[in-house]
Amino acid sequence: MSDIIWLNILITGGIALCAAITLYITAQKFALRVDPKEQKIEDILPQANCGGCGFAGCKDFAHACVNASAADFAKLYCPVGHSEVMHKVSQILGFDAPKRKNTCAVLRCNGTCQAAPKKIDYNGLKNCRVANLVMIGETGCPDGCLRYGDCLSACQFGALTINAKTGLPQIDADKCTSCGACVKICPRHLFEIRPISDDNQQVFVACSNKQKGAQAKNNCHNACIACKKCASLCADIKVEQNLSYIPTSVSPSEFGQELANNCPTGAIIYKSQVKKGKKNV
Amino acid sequence: MCKKTFSFGGLHLNKHKISALSPIQDAGVPPFVYIPIKQHIGSPAQIIVKQGDKVKIGTLLAQAYGTISANIHSSVAGEIKKIEEVQSESGYFEQVITIQTTADDYEAGIDTSTQISNDIPQNSAEIIELIKAAGIVGMGGAGFPTPIKTSIPANKSVQYLIINGIECEPYLTADGALMLEKPEEIVIGAKILNKILGIQNAIIAIDENKPLAIEKITQITKRYVGVNVTVCKSKYPQGGERQLINDVTGREVPSGKLPIDVGCVVQNVGTVFAVYEAVMKHKPLYERIVTVSGDTNLTTAGNYRVRVGTPADYLLNLAHTKQSQIGKLLFGGPMMGISSVSLQAPINKTTGGLIVIGTQDSLRAEESGCIRCGKCAEVCPMGLMPFAIASNLRRNNTAPLKALHAADCIGCGCCAYICPAKIPLVDYCKLGKYEANKQK
Repeated sequence: MSDIIWLNILITGGIALCAAITLYITAQKFALRVDPKEQKIEDILPQANCGGCGFAGCKDFAHACVNASAADFAKLYCPVGHSEVMHKVSQILGFDAPKRKNTCAVLRCNGTCQAAPKKIDYNGLKNCRVANLVMIGETGCPDGCLRYGDCLSACQFGALTINAKTGLPQIDADKCTSCGACVKICPRHLFEIRPISDDNQQVFVACSNKQKGAQAKNNCHNACIACKKCASLCADIKVEQNLSYIPTSVSPSEFGQELANNCPTGAIIYKSQVKKGKKNV
Repeated sequence: MCKKTFSFGGLHLNKHKISALSPIQDAGVPPFVYIPIKQHIGSPAQIIVKQGDKVKIGTLLAQAYGTISANIHSSVAGEIKKIEEVQSESGYFEQVITIQTTADDYEAGIDTSTQISNDIPQNSAEIIELIKAAGIVGMGGAGFPTPIKTSIPANKSVQYLIINGIECEPYLTADGALMLEKPEEIVIGAKILNKILGIQNAIIAIDENKPLAIEKITQITKRYVGVNVTVCKSKYPQGGERQLINDVTGREVPSGKLPIDVGCVVQNVGTVFAVYEAVMKHKPLYERIVTVSGDTNLTTAGNYRVRVGTPADYLLNLAHTKQSQIGKLLFGGPMMGISSVSLQAPINKTTGGLIVIGTQDSLRAEESGCIRCGKCAEVCPMGLMPFAIASNLRRNNTAPLKALHAADCIGCGCCAYICPAKIPLVDYCKLGKYEANKQK
C-alpha cells in the first residue's frame, strides 16, 4: 500500500520538478525586460489614461519618456499631473523639468438661456453632434453652444456640469486637467485650452459667432458684435471675420478688468480667480 | 414580368401618393427669388454678377469653382437686388443672390418650344461640355455634379446605365409626374447618356406602383435601341443607389466603393430630363418639379414646375396650405427629408418635395428601452446592426464603430421607423457615421 503512495509522490513530484525547471528557463529566456525607470514613472503618472499627452495611455507615455533624449523630453508633458508630476519624472531621468503654465478649458460661448432664448423646436436625439448635423440649433446661432452636453460625457474628471440657470456647461478649473477631450468632442469647436496666468487669472472672448453684428445680436445678447472696442484698448487683440479673439499673450491682470468692463455686450469674460482650491505652483 | 428587388432589408410603407396623377402645374414667378450659390455637393460656385445687374432667364450667375462644383444660372428675368445670406432649410445661413423679378425674358439660344428633338450631337466631349455649362447636378437629392459622374476614369469601365425612376419615399410624386408627362424626353436623355458612356445598355427602373408610367415608357423604348425598362417591387428604399444596382444587376457595391467600381452609373429621371433639355434645348438647369403634399387637411397636393430660388412659402400659398397650422415642413420625403427651420427657405436643384405635417403628427413618440427584438437589423438595407451602434454610442464607445460599418449607413430611416421602442436609431446611426468618418 505504502509503495503506491510513494510511487505517486515520486511521479507527481517528478512532473512538478520538470515543469518548474522548464518554466524557470522559459521565464528567464523570454523575460519582458522593462526598464525599471519606466515602471517608476508609470507609478508616478496619474493613471487617468485620458490621452491628453498625445499617447495611448500612461504606460505609453512612460515608455516615451524613458526613450526620449533631453530635447525630446522637453516636448513631453502630462497635462493631468502638471508640473508637479513632470518634476518627479524629470528627477528619475535626470533631465530638466519642462515648465508650462497651468491651463484649463474655457467655453467660447456665453449664449445663456437668458441671453439666447430658444426659438426653434428640435425633438430629435438630444445630442450635440447629431443636432449640429441636421440643424442650426434651438437658439438660432450657427456657432453657439447647443446645450445637450456631449462634452459632459467626454470629460473623465467630472470637471464639466450643465449650469441649470444658464443652460451652458460650466468648467470647474480645479478639476479640469486640460486633457482636451471636450475640445475634440464639441462639434462646434467651442472649447479652448487657455493658460492661467501666474496670478490665477484668465480673460477671453466667450463667443464664436462669425455673423455680422446685427445678425449675431439678433440671436444672442451676449454675442461679440465686432465693435473693436477691445482692440482699441489693447493693441494685441485682433478682430477678424466679425469676431474678436484675445491672444494668450495679453496679460489678464493688466487688461482683464478693463476689457470686461468695456465690452458693450458682455462677450468678454474676466476671471480673477480661476482655480479656487489649488495654490499656484 | 419578373419584378426585381434588393436582397435584404427594406420596408413596405404606406405610399400616400396623393398627387400621383396630378398634372404638373407651372408655379409661376414669385416677386423675389433667392438663388443659393451652393446647391450641390462640393465647393460653392463663385459669383460673377454684382448688385444692380440685369439678368435674363438662363444668365450665368455663379461659375463652378474647383473640381466638384456646378454652375448656377438665373431662374428668372429681373434685377439683382442684393447678395446676402438667408436661412436654408436646415437653418444655417447660406449665400444667395436675391433677384427682383420682371416679365420672363430668355437668354439667347434657349429653345423654349416643347417640340421633341432627337437629333443627338455626335461628339460626346461636346455633350459633356453642354452638361457642364448647364450646371446639372443629381436631382434625386444628393446633388452630385453630373459631369463628374459621367466622365469615367480610364481604368474603369461601364456596363450599365441605370435611370432611377423609383421614387420610393412616401408622398413624393415629382419623378412619377415627370415620367408621365415627358416620357420621350427621358428616353432621349438616356440615349444621350448612353452616347457619353459609350454603351448601349440604359435601364429605366420604375416602381410597380406607377403602371401608367411603365406603360408609356415601355411603348416609347420600343422605338429607341439601347434603352429598356425594368419594373421593380414597391419597397423602401428601392430608390437608393446601392439597392437599385443590386436589384437591376445583382451586383453589390462594396463598402466604401462607388457604383462605378461595379460598372454602373445611376442617374435620377429628373437629372436625365435636365440632360435632355441642356443638350437638345440648350436650357440650363434652373427649374425642377416639386411635389407639395402631406396632411390633406392642411394642404392640397400637387406637382409644380418651380424656379430654383423660389421661397417655400410662395409655393405653399399656391397649394392653399394653412401655414399657421404647420407642425413640420419637410424638404424632401418623410423618411429622409430635412425638417425645415424656416418657411422662407429657398427651393434648390435637389428639393424633390415639400411635405406638410400637422402639429400632432410631427411630435416624436416617447422613447423606451431596447427590447432586443432585432427588427432594426432585419430591415436595414445595408445589413447593419443599428441597435449595436446605438448602444455603443450611448456608452460613448466609438471604438467598435468601424467593425460595425457605421460609415456605410445610408440614413434611410427604416430602423427608426420599425423600432417598437421608438428609439431614434437613425439619429444614432448618423452620429455613428460621423464618428466613424472622423476615425478614418
